[in-house]
Amino acid sequence: MQFNTHSPIYMQIAEYIHDLILSNVWEDGQRIPSVRDMAMELEVNPNTVIRTYSLLQEEGTLENQRGIGYFTAKDARTLVLQKRREHFLKRELPSLFETMERLGLTMKDLQQYADNKEKDDEIEPQEE
Amino acid sequence: MEQAMQENALAVQDGQEVVVHMQNIGFSYAQNHLFNHLDLEIRRGNIYGLLGKNGAGKTTLLKILSGQLFIEEGETKVLEENPQKRTPSLLSEIFYLPEEFPLPKMKASEYLAMRSPFYPKFDHEKFNQYCSEFDIDLNQRLDQMSLGQKKKVLLSFGLATNTALLILDEPTNGLDIPSKRQFRQTVASAMTEQRTFIISTHQVRDMENLIDPIIILHDGKVIFNDTVESVNEKYVLSLTTEQPKADEGMYTEKVLGGWMVLSERTDDREGKPLDLETLFNVIVEQSKGSAGGVK
Repeated sequence: MQFNTHSPIYMQIAEYIHDLILSNVWEDGQRIPSVRDMAMELEVNPNTVIRTYSLLQEEGTLENQRGIGYFTAKDARTLVLQKRREHFLKRELPSLFETMERLGLTMKDLQQYADNKEKDDEIEPQEE
Repeated sequence: MEQAMQENALAVQDGQEVVVHMQNIGFSYAQNHLFNHLDLEIRRGNIYGLLGKNGAGKTTLLKILSGQLFIEEGETKVLEENPQKRTPSLLSEIFYLPEEFPLPKMKASEYLAMRSPFYPKFDHEKFNQYCSEFDIDLNQRLDQMSLGQKKKVLLSFGLATNTALLILDEPTNGLDIPSKRQFRQTVASAMTEQRTFIISTHQVRDMENLIDPIIILHDGKVIFNDTVESVNEKYVLSLTTEQPKADEGMYTEKVLGGWMVLSERTDDREGKPLDLETLFNVIVEQSKGSAGGVK
């Protein structure tokens, strides 16, 4: 895993775990690597992984079964999806709107682009 | 008592128990006053990074902790003992990996047989595992190894001792590129709530995500001993294309494409976290202005 310098490492690991869950690499209710194994894989301080795991436990994505280990929650995927959508609408969309305004693009232009893209997607398989 | 201490450590939050306590330390080499009223506290279950300029006294500090140098003033307690008494009970709980070291003319396996009995909790299985991960041939003679190879033998040895305190002085010096990665993985996996690692380094990029809390030694004192996160909670780093005014922010640095400005955090927006190099520069710079530093 390559870390960037834009957000704290424990947050980046949390995002990485969200991605694992969204892409079904980690399934709902499955056992996940121990703190030590995760720290070793990512080459980070184990305390950083503990921090990430507690954060994810707080938000309900992970569960800690005492003496056994960490598991993804039964509804982890739904939860992460909801969180990510919220993040997109609240954090990413406003800056997208801002850029559109600066470039003089309207929702109509976007719609056109989206329609074209759909068409392209339809055409492509026919060509083959 | 040893056992009671360990059980107690399990009960408290990880990293809460003080394992090193230094107070009002004074130390000099001949006429050169190195430490003046130095204070330091280190808590169990953490991988500390010790940073400081050349000659700041990092190695001296580590040698005082491990009972190899004696202080003139103040008090040092390591695992509730005075390291200057060099009791076997304490020394068997400390492993110190020096930056440079002579090694006897013998095979790595003979060295192991000679030194491991001094560490009651030595884990031979782990030692073999680390050595094979580092690609070390135990039948090779130590004096015929390169500096990097010798370091890997001693690192494997130190991690396998299971001592409560593991002190590594510039451990990645001399290591090749794949070994640095191996080093990070091995240290991360050898860390437990019962152990405390202190790693001095100039190679902050080798250990950016490994060491935390950070101790900064400057002008004979510990001017910073805290987690990187605590700084990120208080301050925020931003990039600007306009040259900041002289009184703007508490620290500015010219970077590619503009200026980096550190200012006090006024909201919880996600700022760019401080990298260790910037953190070091900020803290040392701040200590010049006010005696207290950034904190």
